[in-house]
Amino acid sequence: MIEIRIHGRGGQGNVVAAYLLATAAFEEGRFAQAFPSFGAERRGAPVTAFVRMDSDPIRHRCQVLNPGFLIIQDQALLHIPGVTDGLSHGGGILVNSTISAADLSDRLGQAVVALPATSLATEILGRPVPNTALLSAFLALTGLLPQESLLKALGARFHGDILERNTRLVNEAASLVQENAWREEARAASA
Amino acid sequence: MLQALEGSMAIARTVALCRPQVVAAYPITPQTHIVENISRLVANGELNCELVSVESEFSAASVVLGAAAAGSRAYTASASQGILLMSEVLYNIAGMRVPVVLTCANRAVSAPLSIWNDQQDSMAVRDAGWIQLYCADNQEAVDSTVQAYRIAERTELPVMVCMDGFTLTHTLEVIDIPDQQLVDDYLPPYQFARALDPGSPLSIGTLVSPDYFTESRHTHHEALLQAETEIIAADEDWEILTGRSCGGLVSLEGPEDARIGILSIGSITGTLAAAMETFRDEPAARLIKLRSYRPFPVAALKQACDGLTDLVVMERALSPGSGGIIGIEVRAALAGMQDPPRIHNFAVGLGGRDVPLEIYPRLLAAIREEAPSGFSILDVELDKIDENT
Repeated sequence: MIEIRIHGRGGQGNVVAAYLLATAAFEEGRFAQAFPSFGAERRGAPVTAFVRMDSDPIRHRCQVLNPGFLIIQDQALLHIPGVTDGLSHGGGILVNSTISAADLSDRLGQAVVALPATSLATEILGRPVPNTALLSAFLALTGLLPQESLLKALGARFHGDILERNTRLVNEAASLVQENAWREEARAASA
Repeated sequence: MLQALEGSMAIARTVALCRPQVVAAYPITPQTHIVENISRLVANGELNCELVSVESEFSAASVVLGAAAAGSRAYTASASQGILLMSEVLYNIAGMRVPVVLTCANRAVSAPLSIWNDQQDSMAVRDAGWIQLYCADNQEAVDSTVQAYRIAERTELPVMVCMDGFTLTHTLEVIDIPDQQLVDDYLPPYQFARALDPGSPLSIGTLVSPDYFTESRHTHHEALLQAETEIIAADEDWEILTGRSCGGLVSLEGPEDARIGILSIGSITGTLAAAMETFRDEPAARLIKLRSYRPFPVAALKQACDGLTDLVVMERALSPGSGGIIGIEVRAALAGMQDPPRIHNFAVGLGGRDVPLEIYPRLLAAIREEAPSGFSILDVELDKIDENT
């Protein structure tokens, strides 16, 4: 079973990101589960969401304490204690950041990939919502699911101009990271 | 059809498949997305029903009472403080023997204010005279919602479908939403034999003198006890159509020769099953899922506990000054049993506290150490409590 934890702030589409990732897994014939950590519902507050995907039905009803991967929607959250807690040894961190990944990797002692998702989203969507760009980068890095599954999940949730802009955004974001860089990590986490 | 859906959306779609004629609900917190999604279905023309957005849960319950008494299939949903505000009307709905279906998205009751999941709300109205069915996952919540209408309409008793708030309602997972034709075949149009009719005026729920009140209560109690048969039949017939069972009154999993049983209610059952898979070095337990809490299935529980040396009863609510709520009832139910198991009683996960997989080894360790007579809140962190303030 793959377990992923998404950290962000209220308003960044954290729960939508988790739902999209689980829906993409469903589109590929997997069982999947996504849920928020149910914090205070207000803009700017730290929010956590969880995703599980597996080839078998998922029985767990508890939070993800030992994720294989972290998706961090706001680099400032890396300063908050506990955000990287429980990350599996050898797991990866994908962070929405303009800081170089090497600096972040050194500081955190874990494999970090940085993507300037907010500026990408601002440019293509016209809104600073980094979630879909990060998801496509995550899928490109891990090879867990094909990009088409994310496009199907986006198509089930968005329509018209918003869908078209998000499609452009995820295609752009996927091309900015090294394809399959985390493939081995993803295989290990699936075992 | 299999779909990746949030629990609240799945319930809204399922309610629509049951073709309710009246839905009444208070739309604001502690309401879930269920009612928001139903109102969207109505606005989109996908559900043809009278949707009444009321100013309080008291009114929501009153509207569905009136609607169902007049012969409409009716639905409402609430949670937490909303269930408490409804409670007076919940007794009336049951006492008038009007079939209504309500989803309780189980949440803690304040104070202190909590929006998170436990089961204090539905436990607080356990004596209102409703059937209460608890769901382990969103599929069971979907399936139980359709079954609830059949049970309610055949027993003339209201049914509360209890699903853990957030833990189920806000979780997206893979859910099979049945076809409309299947639901139509299973659930014929509602015919209420005692429907109010202006052509033949009648008062219900009026003053009853001591000459008849006791008999009214006795009849109600008997009706709930006899509802066990309808709950089992509704689930069996659903399984024939869909291949899925919700477990009737009580269901078991785990090895037959297990000597330790863990009785749970609601979604924690899944976590326990996953934990048993994870902690394979620990002894495997018989997991006993209590689905029907009202009626309380005494005979089925005795059978489920046969051969156990120890039974752990898990609570997601608390009776302050007494302790476990289900635990007391299980003790009473098993009192006459030959070779009854030692009963251990723990509350966990109050007000949304996460119940992790590690709960399983902790439970097994706790019953090895502790005398079985007591009750405790297993996951309380006493170091957080300052005795001087």
